[in-house]
Amino acid sequence: MDFTEVIKVAIEALKTNKTRSGLTMLGIIIGVTSVILLISIGSGLKTYITQQLEGLGSNAIWVFPGELNINAGGGGEGVPGAGVAASKFTFDHIKQLEGESKTIKAVMAYTENNGTMRYKGKSLITQIAGVGPDYQEIRDQKVVDGAFFTRSQYNSAKKVAVLGKTVAEDLFGQEDPIGKKITISDQRYTVLGILEEKGALGGIDMDKQVFIPATTAMHQFDMEYIQSLWVQSRDSESVPQTKEEIETILLKTLNDEEFSVLDTKSVLGVVSSILGVLTAALSGIAAISLVVGGIGIMNIMLVSVTERTREIGLRKAIGATPKNILTQFIVEAIVLSFVGGSVGILLGVGGALLVGRFFTTTITPWSIGLAFFVSSFVGVVFGAAPAYKASKLNPIDALRYE
Amino acid sequence: MPALLKLVNVSKVYRPDSHPVYAVKKANLEIKKGEFVAIMGPSGSGKSTLMHLAGCLDTPSSGKVLLEGKNISKLSEEELAKIRSQKIGFVFQTFNLIPRTTALDNIALPLIYTGTNLRERKQMAEKALKQVNLKDRGDHSPNQLSGGEQQRVAIARALINDPLIILADEPTGNLDTKSGQEIMEIFKHLNKQGKTVVIVTHESQIANYAKRTIKIIDGEIV
Repeated sequence: MDFTEVIKVAIEALKTNKTRSGLTMLGIIIGVTSVILLISIGSGLKTYITQQLEGLGSNAIWVFPGELNINAGGGGEGVPGAGVAASKFTFDHIKQLEGESKTIKAVMAYTENNGTMRYKGKSLITQIAGVGPDYQEIRDQKVVDGAFFTRSQYNSAKKVAVLGKTVAEDLFGQEDPIGKKITISDQRYTVLGILEEKGALGGIDMDKQVFIPATTAMHQFDMEYIQSLWVQSRDSESVPQTKEEIETILLKTLNDEEFSVLDTKSVLGVVSSILGVLTAALSGIAAISLVVGGIGIMNIMLVSVTERTREIGLRKAIGATPKNILTQFIVEAIVLSFVGGSVGILLGVGGALLVGRFFTTTITPWSIGLAFFVSSFVGVVFGAAPAYKASKLNPIDALRYE
Repeated sequence: MPALLKLVNVSKVYRPDSHPVYAVKKANLEIKKGEFVAIMGPSGSGKSTLMHLAGCLDTPSSGKVLLEGKNISKLSEEELAKIRSQKIGFVFQTFNLIPRTTALDNIALPLIYTGTNLRERKQMAEKALKQVNLKDRGDHSPNQLSGGEQQRVAIARALINDPLIILADEPTGNLDTKSGQEIMEIFKHLNKQGKTVVIVTHESQIANYAKRTIKIIDGEIV
């Protein structure tokens, strides 16, 4: 009994009950589609975040207040910017770091506060970032119009501001903002420049931020301590050494649990492990629907075996071996799950492409392979019991079956 | 001439431990090549069981079934299937055609299990269809055929592997008298061409077509 013949017989049998076969496949289709779609979205998200973080530079290091257990991999604690403890950082720390470390290229104070900006009756609530004069190099974001504040303006805590692209457009429209006076939380500031467009990073839209000297921000928002420190290592190879140096220097004045040092790699590690768990969990749920689909196949195959008891008896009477019958019904189940799986793959890939127009998705070949393998496997596993039942039927009883 | 099929002291017992029921009891039977035999008996007499034993669908509880001198009583299911495939042609009361395929595909069905290729299957099926005078009905599905035509398709299916023996279990039981007669004429014709035919029936009119009649009552050949 050649294989094409077996497949032909299976397809003919399935065609006699088109609606039933279609509905049975639906279980597998839904399962495979959701597995592919969810894996695509998960890996798309991971790629997106990785790119964003890599955009920060491989030599970037952050010092945050409090203890961040980045190895736990759970919760949002490992995400930079989430201050979980009161900061103890001062400008003395920056001086110490700059003076004592051999591998640090730059250290910058960083603060974040929300404030209301006003210009000519327009007002805007936005995020006011206090940064250092070397922000442009550290963040790799250039001024496209006007200038950034200088070190002397920073040292003397001048009331000057550099606007993100979106803020400038929202507040000034067509007007040129350079040199104009704006009000930030009741204090008058002079606009020095506009930064290039940078997009969102870790949920913060960089173009909606306003940058003022960190020294000014300390007065403006009445802060005693700097929220976090942005450090740039000499090069990416020196990052581990820089981290060690930072720890040694800060430990002179701070306790171990009062600060944490993170670099791009460790943040990436946290993010990927969170996303990995998330993707696995979602795919797991989708995989359950594949199992449910498989049970649907088993159910229909059992019905089919009962319905075709006489046919099985006849086939045996005219020379079909138990193995022939077993093969016939398993192949039928495999055809069901295989066709279902193929349709599911098409829908999953199509869906991922569609979602990809609004949101980053990455269609991974292994997810397609996995779905393909799993759906065929489901056919074999769930087709086996009904097929075995069919193969064991006694031909005489089967022929008499009403 | 040696016996084509020989049953020696064959018994079939159901529930041998508690209340043994003998479907067939110590039957001795010999069918020679080219014979046309009717096995007759009332319903429940064990004539179908006898035919199942003769057709290698069942194995005896005791005794020997010899097909061409070879004892088939102790063969495995796979081996029995192979014998049925090559040496036996069954015809049933209820035709047992597969409804979703054409008459030709139904006729060619046994060839699938002998590994015959598609082209040959088609040729052989057409030839068999001609033998039962249905050559223009090959593309019809069973439900487009009359009962008599369906049974003729079933006979063609039994003939396709050129079996040693054709076993028919009440082949006219579901047919009107006229169709029944037509079917019996076909068997008669096949026998004339040299086929060995065994028919199980409870109607003496049908049995009259055969050259020899074996009577069975309560599992015993009389």
